[in-house]
This record gives sequence, structure tokens and C-alpha cells, in this order.
Amino acid sequence: MTKGGIMTAKKGDWVRIHSILMEAGARAPGIPDDTAKVPYELWDKGFLISDKADIGEKVKIETITGRKLTGNLFETNPSYDHNFGEFVPEIVMIDKQLKVLMGEITK
Amino acid sequence: MNNNYLDLMERKNEIMKKSVGIDYSLFESGSIAFDFEEMMKKVGYSLDEIREIQEETGVGNTPMYELRNLTSLARSLAPAGKGARIFLKDEASNPSGSFKARRAATAVYHAKKLGFKGVIAATSGNYGAAVASQAAMRSLNCIIVQECYDSEGKGQPEIIEKARKCEAFGAEVVQLSVGPELFYTFLKLLEETGYFNASLYTPFGIAGVETLGYELSRQMIDLTGENPDAVVITNAGGGNLTGTARGLIKAGADKTEIIAASVNLKGLHMASDRDFNKKSFTTGHTGFGIPFTTVPDRSDVPRSAARPLRYMDRYITVNQGEVFYMTEALAQLEGLERGPAGNISLAAAFVISQSMDKDQTIIVQETEYTGAGKHIQPQLSFARNNGIEISLGNPKEEVPGKSIVLPSHPSLIKVQDLDLDKLRKSLIKHSLEAINTENQKKLTDKDIQFLADETKSSTKTVKEFIKDIEP
Repeated sequence: MTKGGIMTAKKGDWVRIHSILMEAGARAPGIPDDTAKVPYELWDKGFLISDKADIGEKVKIETITGRKLTGNLFETNPSYDHNFGEFVPEIVMIDKQLKVLMGEITK
Repeated sequence: MNNNYLDLMERKNEIMKKSVGIDYSLFESGSIAFDFEEMMKKVGYSLDEIREIQEETGVGNTPMYELRNLTSLARSLAPAGKGARIFLKDEASNPSGSFKARRAATAVYHAKKLGFKGVIAATSGNYGAAVASQAAMRSLNCIIVQECYDSEGKGQPEIIEKARKCEAFGAEVVQLSVGPELFYTFLKLLEETGYFNASLYTPFGIAGVETLGYELSRQMIDLTGENPDAVVITNAGGGNLTGTARGLIKAGADKTEIIAASVNLKGLHMASDRDFNKKSFTTGHTGFGIPFTTVPDRSDVPRSAARPLRYMDRYITVNQGEVFYMTEALAQLEGLERGPAGNISLAAAFVISQSMDKDQTIIVQETEYTGAGKHIQPQLSFARNNGIEISLGNPKEEVPGKSIVLPSHPSLIKVQDLDLDKLRKSLIKHSLEAINTENQKKLTDKDIQFLADETKSSTKTVKEFIKDIEP
């Protein structure tokens, strides 16, 4: 699994790595079946220590707290892409009704 | 890997002791009972000390708003003479945008005092941002461990926003896929770094919330001349309720009704990869609220300082659609854009006000910041994209994980009361199970008194409950 964008990274770049901590089927005991069937995964960010790498390659990074860890290069210059979502028409219906109700109360 | 997992879990208590600096065995009696008040006293801080600690980093003293328009709307739906005045304590104005700054302030102060170089917290919510913000102020390193993505790499927008905020405050964010192994990763990080475990459930964390209850009482006396009649508290892990109730009692507001409120997520499994993105609330829901109320020691420390059933007078649930509706109403009618989870208590207060007298007061005890990922539009469109049916109608018809029903009229917003005696019996039953597995020890008088304190009931009632449990 990788995320689009810049496909390589060089030493010192801010990158995001991904690794599998537990394989599917080798998860902790007592967890729901659907969770046990998928791997236990980790994502973290840091500066690339390795000289140069392509997305998916095994790399070493230094995190902002100074920890060194290895994983597969997942994203270079990782960005945030959460936003205000798509328009939800029901919300303006609520707004319209509240205006009417308050109009009646304050009349 | 599995062996490694079990080995580490085996060292759990040793790692915990080192990383929180508390020897919990000092408060144990050897059976069910442990000395909760002594634990709070010995390792916590006094209310005055906490006020000073929090003032140093700009935490607390948040404004109290009277929600006049929402009160008018509630009165228009209530019988004559009913409709208590609704107030709201704007905890979003804390430095990190939620009341969690209070918990983080004491934990991070304590870590610094003990000489730790950094702090770690396992949280996908506002607490992470709070710890990161406080750590930045006190120049400590910070690592936040989040459960964030399902197996398709799809993340809850609210959790992704929280990661952004933690990183904005200079924290390292370790993001994980769904599963209880998060605790294993958390322990591993504590051992590797030697950082302080800024758990939500330590005595200093909970004592940090006491100032909220205290301020609430003082502000209401200033505004109305009296303590509030009722306070509604969004309930998940129980710390918010425990700390606020203790603060109210310390302020002398011992007649105020303490009402817990959670959003109803019945039927969704919290450790399920499939269910993870079927819910629209990452906290304040029954999936945390009920288990933490009946088994408080399920937290990440040996003895949790969050023990909500000791203080709860009533526990109600509301549906997701109702909370979304009230979040929108708060913005539209009161000019306050807040939420989502803090507004669970707003939805509850709006309904409960309608059965209280007009001259009474009810408090919505917290708010939280909102924005990209947290706002109701991304929340609802995320749900819709995950196959959740969204409609306007009667929220009573909502099925968690399948539908979200926004009320087609505010009169359709209702609360459901949970049976407190059932929760009390469940807590006692779990406590008895623990003792039964440990060499069949006999219950002592101290244990009975402890269970009475744990469930806000008399020893006589506890004995009756035990008879019902063990026929």
C-alpha cells in the first residue's frame, strides 16, 4: 500500500513510513475474527536517513523525537488531506427549519 | 511476533510502575477493596496546587455561556412552566481546544517534576492534542499513539485531524491499524524511550479535571446566585465525570445532579476492523462509556482514578443523529461552532431541560474545538461514503452502523435512561469474578464498604445485589 505523489525520497526528506507489526493470522489472542484476518500495521513520520529510496523500499528514518526506526517508504513530503467533506443537503434543511421555529418563538 | 507480544504483556506491571512513578500496591487491601481516596491524596495534588499548575500554562478559567435561544426552543417544546435555563462551559477555549488540557496539564507537570525527558499517551482523541500542547509548553518530547486506520487504510477524519494537531505541537504520532495490540505498541514505546506514561487515568490526570467542577460551581453562583441543579457530562472513560463531580463536591455543590451522557453505538464492536469506520463518534459513546463504568480498572494503569459510578445519579444515551442536529443548532442559534463529542451532553441537556422547572438550571459541562475532519459535514459525508444511510426523520429509528437519522423536528430528540442498578450489579459481578479467580477469597467488610462506595449505594443494597448475583 502506498500513497501517490513523489515516488522517491532523498536523505533528509520528511517522509512517512509503513510497516506490518503482526501478520494476518498471527494477531493477539481474543480479538474479533475480522480483525484477526488482517495485519496489524504502523505508520510514522521522520527524516530519511537512507541516501535515496523509492516508494515501497525499506528505509530508516529519524522521527521528530529522535527515535530511529525502519519501515517501507510510504510517502514523501506527506500532507494532510482531511477536509470539510462533501455537501450534505440535510444540514441546510435543519438550518431552514430552525430559522422558522425561532421566528415563531420571538414573534 | 506473538511470543514477543506475550512476553511484553507479562512485563506490563513493571513497565507501568516505572513509567507512571506510582506504586499502586501501596493502596491495595489484598482483596477487592483498595483505598481510592488515599491514592487520590498521596499522589494527586490539592485543588489549589492544580489551579496554580494550570494557570502556568493558560489552562482553565473558561467562559460560561447561557444558551438563551436554545433554552427558548426547549421551552417552546415543553409543558407550561417547564424548560430549565441551559448553560454551557466553553472548554474549547483551553489551549488545545478541549477540557483534556486540564488532565494533560497535571500529568505533564508531574512528568517534568520527576525528571522525565518526554511523555507518551495512547489516545486517538483530544487528549493527544492536549498532551502535545502541554509538552510543548514545558519543553518535553511527546509521542502520541493512535488507532487510526482500518485494513483498507481508511482513516476516521476526526482522528486524522487529531494527528495533524499533535504534529502541529511538535509531537511524534505513531498511527496504527485497528486492534487492541495498540497497548502492546504503547508498552514497547514506554520501555524503549523511558518516557512518562501520561495516562488519562492516573490520580493527577483526574485531579486535573476537579478544577472544572469547581469553576462551574463558582461561575453559576456568580451568574445565578446558586449552584446548578444538574450538570450533564459526556461519558466515555469516566474521568471527565469523576473529576468534575469531585470538583463540584469540593466547591460545596453536593446537591447538584450528576448526569452522564453517551451516544448510543449499540451493536458496534470496538475492536472490529469492519465496524471501525461505521461509527461517526470516536469517543463519548456507549462502546467506551458502559464498559469503563462497570469495569473501571480496564484502563492502561493498574488502578484507574476514573470511577464514574461513584458519582453518577443518572446515565442517559442519545443517538448520533440527535447530536449532529444539536451541533448544528448550537452554531445556528447560539453562534458557537463546536463539537462533535462535547455536544452529546448538549443534546441530553436540551431534552432534560424540558422536564425541569423554568427557574432551574442545567449545565452542558464541556465543548471541544471543531474544524476540518471534526465538523459535522465531513463526519456525515464520511458516514454516507461508508454506506451509512443518512436521512431526516425520527431518530428513534436509527441503527448504529447502518443509519443516522437526523431529527426532522427538535421535538423528536429524546433521551434513553440506562438502568443504573443494572450497571451497579454489573460492576459488583465483575469485582466478584476477579476475587473468585484469586483463590476463592472471602469478601471482607472492607470489600462490602468499597463496593458500596464504588456504586454510590449502601452496604445493605450491595449485600442484596450480591444475593441476586449469586443465587
